[in-house]
Amino acid sequence: MAAPASALPLPAVRHTTPAGALARRALSLVVVHGILIAGAIFILLPFVWMLITSIKSPSEIFAVDFSLWPKHFSAVENYGRALSKVPLLRFALNGVIVCAGILLVQVLVAVPCAYALAKLRFPGRAALLALVLMGLCIPIQVPALPLYMGLAELGLLNTYFAIMMPFFLSVFAIFLFRQFFKSYPDEIIHAARLDGMSEFEIVWVIVVPSAWPAIAAFAVFSIVAHWNDLYWPLIVISDTNLATPPLGMMFFADAETGSNYGALTAAATVLTAPLVIAFLIARRRFIDGITMTGIK
Amino acid sequence: MSIRMPCVAKCRRRSNDNEVASVTLQSIGKSFAGVPVLRDISLDVADGEFLTLVGASGCGKSTLIRIIAGLEPQSTGSVLIGGVPVDHLRPHERHVAMVFQSYALYPHMKVFANIALPLVMSRLRLAERLPLLRLLSPRRRKVMAGIADEVHAVAKQLQIDGLLDRRPSQLSGGQRQRVALGRAMVRQPAAFLMDEPLSNLDAKLRVHMRSELAELHARIGTTFVYVTHDQVEAMTMSDRVAMMDNGEILQLGRPGDLYARPANVRVAQFIGTPAINLLPAKANTDGLVELFGQQVSVRAGRSPGSALTLGIRPESLTPAPAGTARPGMHVLAGRLRRSENLGAGHILHVDLAAPAHGSVTCAVAAPLEAFACDGSELALQFAPAACHVFDADGERMNDDNAPPFATIAQSRARALT
Amino acid sequence: MTSAAAIPYVAQAPHPDRQRMIERVAGIGFAFPAFLLLLLTNVVPLLVLLYLSFTDFKLGALESHFLGLDNFRKALGDPVFRRSLANTFVYVAIVLPGAVGLGLLVAVLLHKRKRTRSFYEVIYFLPVTSTLIAMATVWQFILHPRLGPVNGVLRAMGFDAIPFLSEPAYVLPTLAAIGIWQLVGFNMVLFLAGLSAIPRDLYEAAEIDGCRSGIDRFVTITWPLLGPTTMFVIVTTSITAFKVFDTVAVMTRGGPMGSSEVLLYAIYLEGYQYFHMGYAAALTLIFLAFVLLFSILQTFVLERRVHY
Repeated sequence: MAAPASALPLPAVRHTTPAGALARRALSLVVVHGILIAGAIFILLPFVWMLITSIKSPSEIFAVDFSLWPKHFSAVENYGRALSKVPLLRFALNGVIVCAGILLVQVLVAVPCAYALAKLRFPGRAALLALVLMGLCIPIQVPALPLYMGLAELGLLNTYFAIMMPFFLSVFAIFLFRQFFKSYPDEIIHAARLDGMSEFEIVWVIVVPSAWPAIAAFAVFSIVAHWNDLYWPLIVISDTNLATPPLGMMFFADAETGSNYGALTAAATVLTAPLVIAFLIARRRFIDGITMTGIK
Repeated sequence: MSIRMPCVAKCRRRSNDNEVASVTLQSIGKSFAGVPVLRDISLDVADGEFLTLVGASGCGKSTLIRIIAGLEPQSTGSVLIGGVPVDHLRPHERHVAMVFQSYALYPHMKVFANIALPLVMSRLRLAERLPLLRLLSPRRRKVMAGIADEVHAVAKQLQIDGLLDRRPSQLSGGQRQRVALGRAMVRQPAAFLMDEPLSNLDAKLRVHMRSELAELHARIGTTFVYVTHDQVEAMTMSDRVAMMDNGEILQLGRPGDLYARPANVRVAQFIGTPAINLLPAKANTDGLVELFGQQVSVRAGRSPGSALTLGIRPESLTPAPAGTARPGMHVLAGRLRRSENLGAGHILHVDLAAPAHGSVTCAVAAPLEAFACDGSELALQFAPAACHVFDADGERMNDDNAPPFATIAQSRARALT
Repeated sequence: MTSAAAIPYVAQAPHPDRQRMIERVAGIGFAFPAFLLLLLTNVVPLLVLLYLSFTDFKLGALESHFLGLDNFRKALGDPVFRRSLANTFVYVAIVLPGAVGLGLLVAVLLHKRKRTRSFYEVIYFLPVTSTLIAMATVWQFILHPRLGPVNGVLRAMGFDAIPFLSEPAYVLPTLAAIGIWQLVGFNMVLFLAGLSAIPRDLYEAAEIDGCRSGIDRFVTITWPLLGPTTMFVIVTTSITAFKVFDTVAVMTRGGPMGSSEVLLYAIYLEGYQYFHMGYAAALTLIFLAFVLLFSILQTFVLERRVHY
């Protein structure tokens, strides 16, 4: 039955030898990590420099020959100066208030609207959806001008409300939640209706808890975006007591023009720290959030 | 749409420039994180043979075929193709082609490009393949023309030449399978490796593709190594079957042998539908098997009193009215609990006389006799020759206890005694 | 002694017609706040912008005149505006390939790593969460001609110090580099998600078919199947880059001599420093037009070739 095995034209010169394969693997690992580490240095440079400078003394900062590690630790002075010269903690607090306020209203407004767009039939639904999609394309800098004028007319500049107001509606949230709600099984909703639940209850008691990943993902996105937003607060706020972190940083940089880099970097550290620490703790959430919102 | 061929099971005609080769596995072992998945597998697939690796999920058959392909390195042992060790060779250097369960067709390429890819990879240099650079190559046009001819030839064989311009997403399951086959065939490999290629097809299509694959093998005569969990595929398509369980080969032999002389309880249970009936028995003082108090004229090769298992295939049980018995046949008394009408035959579920003895399945091809209705008492008759005897470890014990192909388990057992 | 018939059946679900009515009311009720806000924060402002752009309204002015399309004509001929537009385009032209290319490179390199992947992911993603203003200030210091480490290293190697932020020719590339620094991690995460979506057995089939090297694998499988992800990353990166403002506002304020004045900064100056509302409105509409153009153009051009 079996015919003699014909000679197989396998390569006479072996392309791969065990030793060769190993060497190739080692080389590729070196190259790969080399590139990754070079990139990592580029990425980490400002953070490291920021931390180190914030604990250096002014004489070292201005010394011509720079050294990496401070010889005199002036952390207390720098941070103290930063914290006293401008109300840094106040800025951070403002950041918390603003982000929390914005997020709360965003979710309260977007969830029912997304649910309605996804699951309910009502007149004007298609038009509303078109409006939402249109809104996705419009960045905040566009309606900023008229909103500013309106708020100025109403005398509402320099208030928390002014900072938060344009963001109360997040078309992105509506779009994201709608995608999520669309895939929610209709049968559960029908069963809930049969049990006599009102639509309002259905939304908040049944559907929202299962949408928690999407809401959390959006929360990450929203908090990062609004904590770090400069454009709008810059426009509506001139009172330092209401400044959000980026604006506060700008005020501080103004006040300390060019001179006290130690305090400046100390301030930068204090203002950047909250989000970075939050990220380090919950990094899976962050990254999953960005991924989910990106995949849409 | 089938490949019309005079179906001659054993006759193999090879196309001229096809390379054929044997595949040999020597003591292949594989562990994942300390957990052994394959234990000391040795196997010889002859030149041009169709060998099936069959077994339940998790038995290691997919891992084994991936080791042959070179996608997975083995922990111990050696793979030889055509008698040449290929352990250090990368998959494409081993001259094997693989058909995946999910077909793994490149979704962004048309069918033509999918089938042509192996040829493009092997005949054009990197610079001649890169999107813009390739415009600079004079040789490319000629090579591509040659490739086009071969692709068309293969497509014609598989009757997909009308589909060459489509994308995989526009094809049906059966069509995608053919494209995957075409991509494998165009390489004219030494061996085809197939990892459950029919699992994703619906039942009817599966039956159809089974015979197509068998005819394909008959026509081109290349070595086929086929993996499946479906024993029907294994039995109907293969020259030989290796049944695997828990990382070992339980039995290697012709399909008929696995059916008629299973080396092991597990093999007996896996092969054959409905599954074999296994009844507890023991060896009596006369050296024969004793089943539920009655003596069966089958030699028990163990000392009196040892526990044994008697296996009787449902096809071997013939129902008769209670109390009757033909000469030379033994009887199992029971009551018909339920019968299933398959159209071509019936499957009877019979509860044996004493409740503690459980129930057996009996399969008859003929229409049911009047005496066999639900609840009626039956005498199930069987011939001693139809009995399979297994010892306490599940190993075959029958008289003609020298199966044609030795299995690892048996040789190990022999080595220990 | 109770019989089933004695227990009355209480219908709890509303009648179908009533159900439809409930749906309608609920739908409108749920959507209303969002709708209102949409009007207030998007639709009405757009209309106001449109109106303003046809006037020469200045904040605090007593009267204003209707100008028709004069504002737009003025913008197209205004050298300051044209320069800001050109600056913005140069910025985008540098950031786009940089952020997308580097993001892709890092993602491809990281995709296979098992133990070090988390470590690098966190590092590369840090800039995305950091407050750009704060980091911009730090960058300002790092790039300082006299005090910064970058120039320190250059001087140590024998080169002259490069005035990154005070030399017109260098300022945009420098800002672009910082923009890339901020975006790489974000793009990396998106590409990593796209890479995970490619089925593993495609790579195995390709390996058997002869794809030996990483380049082969990338060109034959990875790049084509990353199409949708790449398109998304390109669109978001270019729009984000187009909206550059923070770094300019903090580090250069449009200087030196307007060489880093980008579109949004020009609008900011016109609207909130000089209070030329009418003109700023026209500029804002031009800005919007470009943003829309970006999304539409790239979506349609790439959409066709990208979905299988």
